[in-house]
Amino acid sequence: MKLLAVETATEACSCALFVDGVCEQIYDLAPRRHAELILPMVSQLLAAAELVVQQLDGIAFGRGPGTFTGVRIAAGVAQGLAFGADLPVAPISTLQALAQGAYRAHGAVQVLAALDARMGEIYWGAYGVDERQRMTAMVSDCIAAADQVPVPEDGWWFGTGSGWASDGRTLSERIGKAVWGQEGQRFPQAQDVALLAADTIAAGEGVPAEQALPIYLRNRVANERANRP
Amino acid sequence: MRVLGIETSCDETGVAIYDSQQGLLAHVVSSQAAIHAPYGGVVPELASRDHVRKLLPLLRRVMTQANTDRSNVDGVAYTAGPGLIGALLVGAAVGRSLAYAWNVPGVGIHHIEAHLLAPMLEPEPPCFPFLALLVSGGHTQLIAVEQFGHYRILGESLDDAAGEAFDKTASLLGLPYPGGPLLAKLAESGDPNRFNFPRPMTDRPGLDLSFSGLKTHALYTLQRHGQDPTTKADIARAFEEAVVATLVIKCDRALKETGLQRLIVAGGVGANRRLRNGISKLALRRRVRAYYPRIEFCTDNGAMIAYAGYRRLQAHANDPLAFFAKPRWSLSAIEPS
Repeated sequence: MKLLAVETATEACSCALFVDGVCEQIYDLAPRRHAELILPMVSQLLAAAELVVQQLDGIAFGRGPGTFTGVRIAAGVAQGLAFGADLPVAPISTLQALAQGAYRAHGAVQVLAALDARMGEIYWGAYGVDERQRMTAMVSDCIAAADQVPVPEDGWWFGTGSGWASDGRTLSERIGKAVWGQEGQRFPQAQDVALLAADTIAAGEGVPAEQALPIYLRNRVANERANRP
Repeated sequence: MRVLGIETSCDETGVAIYDSQQGLLAHVVSSQAAIHAPYGGVVPELASRDHVRKLLPLLRRVMTQANTDRSNVDGVAYTAGPGLIGALLVGAAVGRSLAYAWNVPGVGIHHIEAHLLAPMLEPEPPCFPFLALLVSGGHTQLIAVEQFGHYRILGESLDDAAGEAFDKTASLLGLPYPGGPLLAKLAESGDPNRFNFPRPMTDRPGLDLSFSGLKTHALYTLQRHGQDPTTKADIARAFEEAVVATLVIKCDRALKETGLQRLIVAGGVGANRRLRNGISKLALRRRVRAYYPRIEFCTDNGAMIAYAGYRRLQAHANDPLAFFAKPRWSLSAIEPS
């Protein structure tokens, strides 16, 4: 089973090639350079594996939440590659991939994934690892102020993502003793997107290219004329 | 050579397939006007969101209509600028990735170059060189088109684009967004002799233009003479007459200065009937020939991008995989090909 994953929803830009359980990744922390970097990364990984897009079984992408333009670059690239090679797509939550990264790095089995959403809010998800070592959502991904985010009642959590850098103090005050560790410097990575997408693609449950769409969570982006002060 | 064209620079998603032997095979445009209307103008983020939803369904439709599959597409062209950066990036990301997957060249197109080439899609296209009047919501320019890829800007609006002035004035008259075409409709019932609006910047030499003063003039006239429907129609008429007369005067000058024998009108305002009449009369008087794209290719569309792409690809253009979008991009800065 071969799949390619792209993740460009945050300051990080990465691409991963997953071939029969083995994953190769190119990762760069490169704010605002995703358009320039992502396809060369795709090409480099495929060339090294002597593959072309048509030989893949599917495309995965980080569907967000994250920067609006960033998630659209990932969705656009996934759409183009999948449409061009007639492949199914697996859209993966960027917060889920972030949580999966914390499990991979620290063995954290319950993770509070947070990304700085600016304007006094964070993107937020609570994840727990299942019997197949895949992160699954314990509360739905959402956007909220740090002092309003929903926290499941029981748990022994690890906090990860830029939301812990921007709003770490508020989050610690709110969740406090139930958090055993936190890191504000982790970004979602394509290798975790690939891992989370592998079962979906293998099971033939991917969606057609035109359904490779972003999830923004923040949907109020302008004031209608009638509602302006 | 068969080329797919993708346009996503503003509030229209356009996709088309052009074939160098058979001409335009299919094209579709999806307008976002209804999405932006409640906001009184284009909301860039909403524009980007709609492009990423609409682009592939439109692409699939166009490929079916053109009876084309990936094995007979020779290249992919997409608008790379100028325009709204987020909107442009959708077309560039999908277009460049698609070209990569198909293993064909991909090329980012200058939106204005594509507008200038739109008359080439008509049965009797103009030959180079020609004078181009580009009039849209974002641009108002007079350009000497010496040959494909060689453009010299002779003059441009120093403030509002003509289409922008139309929309803003329409808004003053209480017309819903986008009001330009509605203003033109209202002007039909207006009295051309009641108000006489100035012809900005025609009292001095040069080919630059300015339209923001006309909008202000419309506002003052409205305040002085009341808001009744007749007055509004008369203002619409005076405004339209002033814009058209100004554009015709500048075109006349540009033809005289350059000695060019052909004139093309492109861009959304190029669909305006009174402007087309004015330009055609000028052409008769100066014994030059005027060319217009069909009405649907005045506004943004994928067909002109596919055609511009064909011309670029024919010259062996192939952009790197590092795709880009340039919100501001001067026509005179593009490579001759």
